Amino acid sequence: MPPVAGPRVHRVSVVTIAFLGVFVAGVLALIAGDLFYTSPRAIADALQSPEVRAAIRLSLITTAATLVLVVCFSIPVGYALSRYRFPGSVAIDAIIDLPIVLPPVVIGVSLLVFFRTSVGQWIESLPLLQFVYTPQGIVLCQFMVSVSYAIRASKAAFDGVDRRLEALALTLGCTHGRALRWVALPMARNGLAAGAVMAWARALGIFGPLMVFAGAVRMKTEVMPTTVYLELSIGRIEPALAVSMLMLAIAMVALTLIHALGQAHRWWGT
Amino acid sequence: MIRIRDLSLRAGDFSVRDVSLDLATGEYFVLLGPNGSGKTLLIHCLCGLLRAESGSVEIDGHDITHVEPRLRHIGYVPQDYGLFPHLNVARNVTFALRAAGLRYADALREAGPLIETLHLTRLLDHSPLTLSGGERQKVALARALALRPDLLLLDEPVSALDGPTRAEVLAQLRAVHRQFAVTTMHVCHSIDEAGTVADRAGVMIDGRLVQSGKLADLMEHPANAEVARLLQVGWKC
Repeated sequence: MPPVAGPRVHRVSVVTIAFLGVFVAGVLALIAGDLFYTSPRAIADALQSPEVRAAIRLSLITTAATLVLVVCFSIPVGYALSRYRFPGSVAIDAIIDLPIVLPPVVIGVSLLVFFRTSVGQWIESLPLLQFVYTPQGIVLCQFMVSVSYAIRASKAAFDGVDRRLEALALTLGCTHGRALRWVALPMARNGLAAGAVMAWARALGIFGPLMVFAGAVRMKTEVMPTTVYLELSIGRIEPALAVSMLMLAIAMVALTLIHALGQAHRWWGT
Repeated sequence: MIRIRDLSLRAGDFSVRDVSLDLATGEYFVLLGPNGSGKTLLIHCLCGLLRAESGSVEIDGHDITHVEPRLRHIGYVPQDYGLFPHLNVARNVTFALRAAGLRYADALREAGPLIETLHLTRLLDHSPLTLSGGERQKVALARALALRPDLLLLDEPVSALDGPTRAEVLAQLRAVHRQFAVTTMHVCHSIDEAGTVADRAGVMIDGRLVQSGKLADLMEHPANAEVARLLQVGWKC
């Protein structure tokens, strides 16, 4: 909005900016509290422990696998939602958004119950598809919790691509598939990348469903959020803080990337 | 030879009803009509972006009524030019050639004469977002012509341009038409524009092709009062 004539400072600006300041100060105070509670040396030492290193390694491996799955699903699903009309599209939209609004632990419970059914047990009888209390289960939990974010981002990205340009590509000799690859995908790439980063960061941070579905077995199904919980439960605050700081840094990098990709305004209107 | 017979379709509030028209090979035909008369709908149907409900379209005896757009061999320049903003000018111009299987370098060589004719050489590395309206128009024209289509469809190609640029682009359209001898259908609602480029013209009102022929004949003997009003000439019952 262009500046209007008259005083730059008025009651509305003062009150709203004061609320903004209080919120930002609150978050910064939490981060500062974490930073000053312990020393960098203690954090560095904590990061050397075999349990913490194993948790970081497993987090990176599982979230990388989740990222691949999320990208493979979210791009076609987002494209279909953006381009085609379905009967019952309101219900489909609600189903896609369900993992965003559900408490994550409910997803863990639902997965656990599903794999107690005959269909779930048949899936688990197949090679490499054992999920309950396994690293594959971690990937499944991460995927279920994070994929909706990527699908929403993917739909928004394709909505932003003028579909007439894809139609025009057809008149220039493209098949529908090539129009998607040559026009829609490259034009939506920033939104797709930002959605993938968002989903990856979300996957890295989930905890509740993992506790229920994959367990918290040290060095086996232990990922970074699990480490924070396990270390705190035995009163070792330095390792818990060290992993928390690492996750905080990763979250900051992820959000910076999303903003750099210019997509934040599409999701949050910033 | 382009042969359109009894072509009908409807999309939203717009319709094309029983349009029949023949275009001779190499002819420059201007389709005149007020806003909402169905001109753009007809163009979209001809290039395959909308499905005809009835009637037929033939090019040199081949029925293309239900052929998918990529196989029609029809070039289309939309009103807003429709340039791909993520590709530079060179990649836009060679788009159809690459879709036809040519490698980029070969496609650029193939499009060379067209690029020179339209004076696009200095713009090849530019993004379409940085071009003027006239330059965008030329890039869109080059892209549509790169595969030497059997029919070129121009949807109000100069409506977004200012006076001097409009005259320049119209002259260029005529020059390109002469050089490449491509059958052209040019949609507009300006009688002056039609007079500058048309071999023949037609008038479309409420989805129907009401009259077609030499522009001078249309102006001299308008079929009805609406045609006369559109052509800005007098009408006698």
